[in-house]
Amino acid sequence: MSVTEVQFQAAAVEAAPVEAIQGRSQWQLTWRRLRHDRMAVASIVVILVMCVLALLAPLFAAVLHHGQYQAFTGAGLSSAGIPVGPGTHGFPLGTDYVGRDLLVRTLYGARISLFVGISTTVLATIAGVSIGLVAGYFGGAIDTVLARFIDAVLAFPFIVLALALAAIYGPSLLIVIGVITFFSWAGIARIVRGQTLSVKEKEYIEAARSLGAGPWRIMFIDILPNLLGPILVLATLYIPTAVVIEATLSFLGIGIPAPTPSWGVILSEAQNYYQVAWWYVVFPALALLITTLAFNLLGDGIRDAMDPRTERLFAARRKRGKRDVALKDGELPNPPPAGVTGAG
Amino acid sequence: MAFTRFLIRRILTGILVLWAVATVTFFLFFFRPVDAVARQLAGRAASPQVIAEVIRRLGLDQPILVQYWHFLGNLARGDLGYSYYNGESVKTIIAQDLPITASVVVGGVVLWLVVGLGVGVLSATHPRSTFDRVSTVGVLTGLSMPTFVLGELLIIGVFVPLNQNGFSWIQTGYAPLSEGLIPWMGHMILPWITLATVQAAVYTRLSRGSLIDTLGEDYIRTARAKGLSERRVVYRHGLRAALTPVVSQLGIDVGAFLGGVIVVEQVFGLSGLGQDSVQAIDTGNLPVIIGFVLVASAFVVVANIIVDASYALLDPRVRIS
Amino acid sequence: MSGTLPQDGTASLVPEAALEDDLLVRVDDLVKHFPVKAGGLIGRTVGQVQAVDGVSLTIRRGQTLGLVGETGCGKSTLARCIAGLIPVTSGTVTFEGHNITNLSRRAMRPFRREIQMIFQDPYGSLNPRRRVGAIISDPFVIHKTATGAQRKRQVQELMERVGLNPEHYNRFPAEFSGGQRQRIGVARALALRPKLIICDEPVSALDVSIQAQVLNLLSDLQDDFGLSYLFIAHDLEVVRHVSDAVIVMYLGKIAEAGPKGPVYETPRHPYTAALLSAAAAADPKLAAARQRIILTGDVPSPINPPSGCRFHPRCPKAQELCSRQEPPLESKAGDPATHVTACHFPVEAGENLALADRRERR
Repeated sequence: MSVTEVQFQAAAVEAAPVEAIQGRSQWQLTWRRLRHDRMAVASIVVILVMCVLALLAPLFAAVLHHGQYQAFTGAGLSSAGIPVGPGTHGFPLGTDYVGRDLLVRTLYGARISLFVGISTTVLATIAGVSIGLVAGYFGGAIDTVLARFIDAVLAFPFIVLALALAAIYGPSLLIVIGVITFFSWAGIARIVRGQTLSVKEKEYIEAARSLGAGPWRIMFIDILPNLLGPILVLATLYIPTAVVIEATLSFLGIGIPAPTPSWGVILSEAQNYYQVAWWYVVFPALALLITTLAFNLLGDGIRDAMDPRTERLFAARRKRGKRDVALKDGELPNPPPAGVTGAG
Repeated sequence: MAFTRFLIRRILTGILVLWAVATVTFFLFFFRPVDAVARQLAGRAASPQVIAEVIRRLGLDQPILVQYWHFLGNLARGDLGYSYYNGESVKTIIAQDLPITASVVVGGVVLWLVVGLGVGVLSATHPRSTFDRVSTVGVLTGLSMPTFVLGELLIIGVFVPLNQNGFSWIQTGYAPLSEGLIPWMGHMILPWITLATVQAAVYTRLSRGSLIDTLGEDYIRTARAKGLSERRVVYRHGLRAALTPVVSQLGIDVGAFLGGVIVVEQVFGLSGLGQDSVQAIDTGNLPVIIGFVLVASAFVVVANIIVDASYALLDPRVRIS
Repeated sequence: MSGTLPQDGTASLVPEAALEDDLLVRVDDLVKHFPVKAGGLIGRTVGQVQAVDGVSLTIRRGQTLGLVGETGCGKSTLARCIAGLIPVTSGTVTFEGHNITNLSRRAMRPFRREIQMIFQDPYGSLNPRRRVGAIISDPFVIHKTATGAQRKRQVQELMERVGLNPEHYNRFPAEFSGGQRQRIGVARALALRPKLIICDEPVSALDVSIQAQVLNLLSDLQDDFGLSYLFIAHDLEVVRHVSDAVIVMYLGKIAEAGPKGPVYETPRHPYTAALLSAAAAADPKLAAARQRIILTGDVPSPINPPSGCRFHPRCPKAQELCSRQEPPLESKAGDPATHVTACHFPVEAGENLALADRRERR
């Protein structure tokens, strides 16, 4: 070591760490832009309201004295045995074909939908990201095998598998979660793999290797942060897909079994009564639609908020005159188009 | 020449896939307890001897590999077996119900592609216009709408009011083409709309985004600078490149599409292959199940070949690989 | 000894034994071929890209070895082979006496502290999603040499040393200019006090005014920390400024090598002469008097290099022997033993190639 170096070391040890200036991270900037997007804010509000209502379902049941499985064949059904409409006899949204309170059942249905939607998405994201990273980074034989597997899973009509499993084991919540997760992870993995393949070639990854970083460190500390944006968008857009698939499976009778009030189950029952009881279809359908729409809008909003090309739109809306330091996001791979089908 | 080779390779792969699917399906359903099948066939009260006889007659008591071998042999001869329940040949069942499903599928696909791509292209060429904004809202609604919900809503909102007011062209259920084009369409129009809406929404957004990106490229600017008409620029130059991600997405969506078909048949009371397969699975009717799965897979494989071929036509680089 | 003579800046009169102590890196007959595969799932190998084809060199402590050549000559590939980033087809790389060729990642780990790299693209070589402090901390974290507040202090001290404001510890690379980003890269490379830093065209992507600053920084650091550099560039003037010795590469082989004085003043290889003639001359009178040597023909592909001397299709002095026999790398008459050239008909003193007859070529 030279003399200069020794002096520097000594001085550094005595000095206190210098006060650091905070740079604005991608997330902070995204959040700012998101806050100014009215549609996105509205969706967040709607989702939060949905969650709160779902959590408070037991409260509604208690206040109304109508349990989710309680059939009021007297007050809940007309003399002809048809469900009563909204507002009658203390049923805010009317009743179903055995006289159960539709509002309470719809709220409990929200619990199921949100739970299934979020849990399957979380599981699928963890699995999909891990597999996508591994396939993309290691390449070679591992990638070939995994990529083909991902393609096979993607191409497989999941309904066939769901039908089969339900037939063998009987419909259940667990099967629903399993099937949805199994088919969601592949879509995420495919995108993550693609992004990993392109990020892998960047010079800073080579730099990391030259420093002696191992593959796991590179995957999770260097590559993954560049992918979090698209992953977040994708996950947000997969939630409504999961909700819809669950509803569809329950509708067909191979998802959540009746009498559990999944929206799909309610809508399936409603098929026979739509001519005489419009509320039976409309309210659960509305609930489903609003939830799905809100998540889709939010996903769109997040994607727009992350894309620096729309920076100008948001700059115009900001009250403050100062521009934030915008990130030159040349490195951020474009978030993928939401080719997520509301299949079923 | 390279294209023909490409096509042949894809077809061979397709046959391989079909074989794999048949095998997987076969072994998947093997786990169904055999006597449950026999019991359903013979009736609850049947004695053990009858059950045993039924099992033997159906060949379900033989070791699995033997059954599989017979299965493959039959398959190669084009014999798809016989329904466990009414002895009808699976081929007959398929032949009867295929037209229904085919009507739904063909109309649905046409509507999906025409509306999806059409609206997408128009939105991309007139960005931020009223049309574009309206279609964006439409797209988001369509995306969020589960197929069965849309179906039910259409029945309540369109079919019922129209019928109640004497306008009876639109019906649920099925009317074969032989009874006339108009009645056929009247029965099919709602299922088509239901089936196509969600997919159309996805593809509108996809093609719109892709075309906007492509139109922003430098070579498009060059084409315009050369003085080509806008129409030519968009349709000959822009669309070609813009369509590639759309086409590659198609291959994947075909599989999911089939799920929608089953739902639509259920909602509109169409006794096509979708309905049949739900029933078959419920009752463990293995030959029928396998027959339908094969048909479905064949459809997916053929669709994928068409998609791959279109992709190769659009992008010459693909043919070489 | 011809063909594998170590190229260095010190006199060849020093005995071998004494030389060994000083020897940091020794590369012997390095070959790197990339297979070219035909299409399909399992491709057949239909050819080889002969990126580096038998290169030997040495780097001594505290010395800067410059490596020049046009794009595609294999200099970047060579650098990456030495750094252990890509596997070597044949030949050896020795670092301080240890053979580090094709080591496993685990075995290579301790050497990673000693050999570092600075990259060409200031925009691509830093992870845009990570803060600068984290980026510079990477070496400390990976090799577990410092933690917590002490690590932060060391990082900030490094930042100061390369001319950055330590208060910018939490900023993102996007908030820095190109020159500053290169400084970040330098700080990262310097963190573990390596012995050798391979600089892969570190200033090529920078404005000329900034280039000087970064080059001066590199020079200061070399003095302070006793570093050796392998400096890769395609700009001859830059290389002349920083190097002690120079190697000129062409299509995977060494064309000429030696201490910078002899090579720049009396280039023996026609290729070197052509490169030098095209380099900018600061003196306007010299620039006006300069006559460009124009090389005809395209740069051949490294998959199918020309027979014999690889430069013969473009060489103004080429003769029949050149297309048949590859010239050995040896010092020519009148040159110090450390100045070697691979040419059958080297440029003579005072010869003006711009006026050379274009002889018949096969």
